[in-house]
Amino acid sequence: MISIRNISKWFGEFQALNKCSTEVGKGEVVVVCGPSGSGKSTLIKCVNGLESFQQGEIWVDGISVANQKTDLPRLRARVGMVFQHFELFPHLTVVDNITLAQCRVLGRSKKQAVDKAVQLLEMVGLVEQQAKFPAQLSGGQQQRVAIARALAMDPIAMLFDEPTSALDPEMINEVLDVMVKLAQSGMTMLVVTHEMGFARRVAHRVIFMDRGEIVEDRPKQTFFENPETDRARQFLSKILTH
Amino acid sequence: MPFDWSSIPGSLPILWQGMIVTIQITLVGALVGILLGMILAVLRLSRSRILSWLAAAYVTVFRSIPLVMVLFWFHLILVPLAAGLLFPGQRLELGLLTALTAFSLFEASYYAEIIRAGIMSVTKGQFSAGLALGMNRGQVMRLVVLPQALRRMIPLLLTQAIILFQDSTLVYVINLDDFFRKAYNIGNTVGTLNEMILFAGAVYLVICTLTSGCVRQLHRKLIVSPVK
Repeated sequence: MISIRNISKWFGEFQALNKCSTEVGKGEVVVVCGPSGSGKSTLIKCVNGLESFQQGEIWVDGISVANQKTDLPRLRARVGMVFQHFELFPHLTVVDNITLAQCRVLGRSKKQAVDKAVQLLEMVGLVEQQAKFPAQLSGGQQQRVAIARALAMDPIAMLFDEPTSALDPEMINEVLDVMVKLAQSGMTMLVVTHEMGFARRVAHRVIFMDRGEIVEDRPKQTFFENPETDRARQFLSKILTH
Repeated sequence: MPFDWSSIPGSLPILWQGMIVTIQITLVGALVGILLGMILAVLRLSRSRILSWLAAAYVTVFRSIPLVMVLFWFHLILVPLAAGLLFPGQRLELGLLTALTAFSLFEASYYAEIIRAGIMSVTKGQFSAGLALGMNRGQVMRLVVLPQALRRMIPLLLTQAIILFQDSTLVYVINLDDFFRKAYNIGNTVGTLNEMILFAGAVYLVICTLTSGCVRQLHRKLIVSPVK
């Protein structure tokens, strides 16, 4: 579904990604972890072309992201993305947030779009909030709306960029619950997160990144029980001791 | 020096005609200025170097020339030239048209800078979120960024319109009878120039103070409202 081959990216002199390669199959859930500044977010933003890269290739459902001829908006419409800071549109109500791109990009009628929005708001448990503005919701609620907004486009895969890092601790689980449900429903997911509980529960594979490189890329069982590298072992010991 | 206010009540109908011209200049200047300013701001932030440079040049030129001179140029050269080309041989009353054109184009440069600041105050994350949903850059700008930018900018846009309302008195240099020039002319003819100018000043003062007060209220409301 998503194929990342030998990606390298530089911000000026600084090399943010160094020959990263991995695959995410259909229905697979892959968690990306690693210390801050290791290039995790940059990597997944390359997948839908929000970040460019200088070397390598990324294929999404057989379409090359780097190819100049690729219709990037069309590709992005098929890949959902959830951001660390939610990025709901503050001037629109919850339901309008979810219908905007459905109507403008997919050409759905207002009624179709609203039906879809309500159905997804039910799934994330926020139907009663549909007329509110984002600022009237808690962080956890906003992130659940953001997930619904991405799902409304009927994506073939979902990208999550640290979806719980900006949340107060008591709100993390309500978002993770939605993500677990989504994973169990067979959605293809590439998730940057430090929530190792989530990784243990639903991930098929875990990727560990450090200094722009993919250091480990293995089934979760072997990753957690027996990390190959010292860097991964150190990282795990740091985030799992508490 | 004793003041003689007696000529004012009888002059009110004529003064009102002038006020209509003043209001026309303010409204058209503000609306067209905001529209053009929005286009200039978007062009200036566009990825095309040429468009961005052209917009920047426009803004720089108009902001570097005194408004009086802009008015003169339009009055003496540009508008007569355009009118001569479009309607050859006709004598037209071009005063108001000149003022409206000059103010609209001049104000656009100021509005462009206000709106550009507004656009840049909308975070990059909002832009990314729009793109990630499959919208193209134009759609993201129109549906996501500009509505937020303009909402934040409303107080500044209105304040600029109040300045425009005051600056519109400069049309006296192109012999256009706005409120101020009507007042001046009456005072000059009747011999109560001091009273008329004091009265006209008081009218501008009251209107501007009241509208500024409204803008402050609105600003407060926009800031505390959930729609930031």
